[in-house]
Amino acid sequence: MKIHEYQAKEIFKRYGVPVPKGGMACTLAEVRRIAEDISGPVVVKAQIHAGGRGKGGGVRLVNSPSEAEEIAEKMIGMKLVTHQTGPEGREVKKVMIEEKMEIDRELYIGIVIDRAKSRPVIMVSEEGGVEIEEVATRRPEKILKETVDPAVGVMPFQTMRLAFGLNLDKAIIKDASSFITRLYHLFKGEDCSLAEVNPLVITSDKRIVALDAKINFDDNAMYRHKDNMKLRDLNEEDPLEIEASKYNLNYIKLDGNIGCMVNGAGLAMATMDIIKLAGGEPANFLDVGGGADSEMVENAFKILISDKNVKAVFINIFGGILRCDVLATGVVEAVKKMEVNIPVIVRLEGTNMEKGSEILRESGLNFIVANGMADAAEKVVKSVIC
Amino acid sequence: MSILVDKDTRLLVQGITGKEGTFHTRQAVAYGTKVVAGVTPGKSGQELDGIPIFNTVRDAVDRTGANASVIFVPPPFTADAIMEAGDSGIGLVVCITEGIPTFDMIAVYRYLSDKATRLIGPNCPGIISPGKCKIGIMPGYIHKEGNVGVISRSGTLTYEVVAQLTRLGIGQSTCIGIGGDPIIGTNFIECLQLFEADKDTSAICMIGEIGGTAEEEAAEYIKENVTKPVVGFIAGMTAPTGRRMGHAGAIIAGGRGTAKEKIEALESVGVNVCMSPAEIGKRVLEVLDKNKF
Repeated sequence: MKIHEYQAKEIFKRYGVPVPKGGMACTLAEVRRIAEDISGPVVVKAQIHAGGRGKGGGVRLVNSPSEAEEIAEKMIGMKLVTHQTGPEGREVKKVMIEEKMEIDRELYIGIVIDRAKSRPVIMVSEEGGVEIEEVATRRPEKILKETVDPAVGVMPFQTMRLAFGLNLDKAIIKDASSFITRLYHLFKGEDCSLAEVNPLVITSDKRIVALDAKINFDDNAMYRHKDNMKLRDLNEEDPLEIEASKYNLNYIKLDGNIGCMVNGAGLAMATMDIIKLAGGEPANFLDVGGGADSEMVENAFKILISDKNVKAVFINIFGGILRCDVLATGVVEAVKKMEVNIPVIVRLEGTNMEKGSEILRESGLNFIVANGMADAAEKVVKSVIC
Repeated sequence: MSILVDKDTRLLVQGITGKEGTFHTRQAVAYGTKVVAGVTPGKSGQELDGIPIFNTVRDAVDRTGANASVIFVPPPFTADAIMEAGDSGIGLVVCITEGIPTFDMIAVYRYLSDKATRLIGPNCPGIISPGKCKIGIMPGYIHKEGNVGVISRSGTLTYEVVAQLTRLGIGQSTCIGIGGDPIIGTNFIECLQLFEADKDTSAICMIGEIGGTAEEEAAEYIKENVTKPVVGFIAGMTAPTGRRMGHAGAIIAGGRGTAKEKIEALESVGVNVCMSPAEIGKRVLEVLDKNKF
């Protein structure tokens, strides 16, 4: 789960990780109040989940509270387009007002899980403020890493090694080391999959401050962080994906016109791939899971066809725990209730496959039953072109 | 022959009295797996279809000589269940549970590092040596005894591949679902090593997906260590960046972990990579024919 910068900074404060003075505002009155509180020049930052806000005009430096208000008025309600939002952009509903920092150096720190080592890894770099992926490919020696042994947690020698590696002024080595330790405690304490500060700045008065803050939570651990659940911002999510999540369906909307319903994540990805190979474009990823019943299948079908781009549906099921007859019953119910008038191509394999096919045939509805994945993909692509 | 599980496997089911645990215990018994014990704390003395239930894994091992365990307990308790199995000297632990927090798995991985326990999964369909032993949730009847080793990060996509093989008359020595999470107990490399050493496995089929670098690392290993032909497939050619595709581990993050990178890495070391998931079985058949003497 992703959260906003202002939410991440609230969590930073709880763990004693230094952030600039400031706060979040939804209205112009709040903008003015925060800016007056800070006094002097402030930065107005659009709060959306996508990165690259600065280049899209979502981060602006102003000199007075009234100027902050002026800029915020333009920013709130605007569609901010960045390289991560797609061409349609994302509507800005909230802004952050922060004190302007006098910056001496821009660094980077990020904590993620190193899957190859099965341990958390802390990465720092002197090249902050730019895309870290670029640094990683072009100058990998500029990224310093420390892997954390989960039996003992992050050790002082490691945070010191990172701090010295950043060629910091002697006066702030201790603060930097403590910054890293605290950020790691946050990463573990809140069950994060990512904690990143880019840029991490050294101010001209020799303080180390998180100018930006990015946190992603491990979805599997949300059950033990009920408070963090409240940080979910539904405005940042696709309405169909929100609807799907209510039914425990794993749905991701894409740009194509062939709706897919599949059981199992790997097979769902492979189904998208084979549609593309056949010359079509998948409209979504949808995994109904292994334990789906006919009601879940019905709900899944509803979500699929409420995407107006969908011109045909491809149902690809390998019956294991989810039996083919259960699936077929659900699909027949859904199609009858919703007066579906687009082609539905079904490919069944596995447990009770014959019984499932029979239910589809005897329903009197117009299903196209396919023989194998390749045949199904060809049929569904053809049905969209005609 | 086969790897890791066979006729001598004596299986213990952790969470045997839960809905999933009970259902799949019965399926395993019907397939011919020797299920010798179940564990559910507080239910010692009870039985499931004649299988004795114990309070602790240690009791179950002491009394029945169980040497493998399968875990069907809910995510908040899974880490503890795996560690209990490791502490009780179980040699092979297969964890089916999906949704375990990553930090729990980090602790599990560290805990097992000095134990003689191999973990398969979590979030996986399990392992099967056709005709001998089935541990997990895969439908047994789609498999056939034979000489192709299958390793996969997925569930139903593995069934798809196995069904293609069986339909073409190609049997499998062992099929392992290694799991779709970021942290797993047994990776591609360890499975490749076992299949390479197994004299009755003549070809290997490897099903990967986007996310992480496990396939790239496997490619490095194949280059130096694997002489048997390998057929590969990577799911997620069309997956968008930054979105988790169902599995916690299937995500393209920071531009890394794409299907394209993985396919290139595998092809560069001579792995026969299929572009279409519908052609994996056929490709294995071609490879087997070419390698006949």
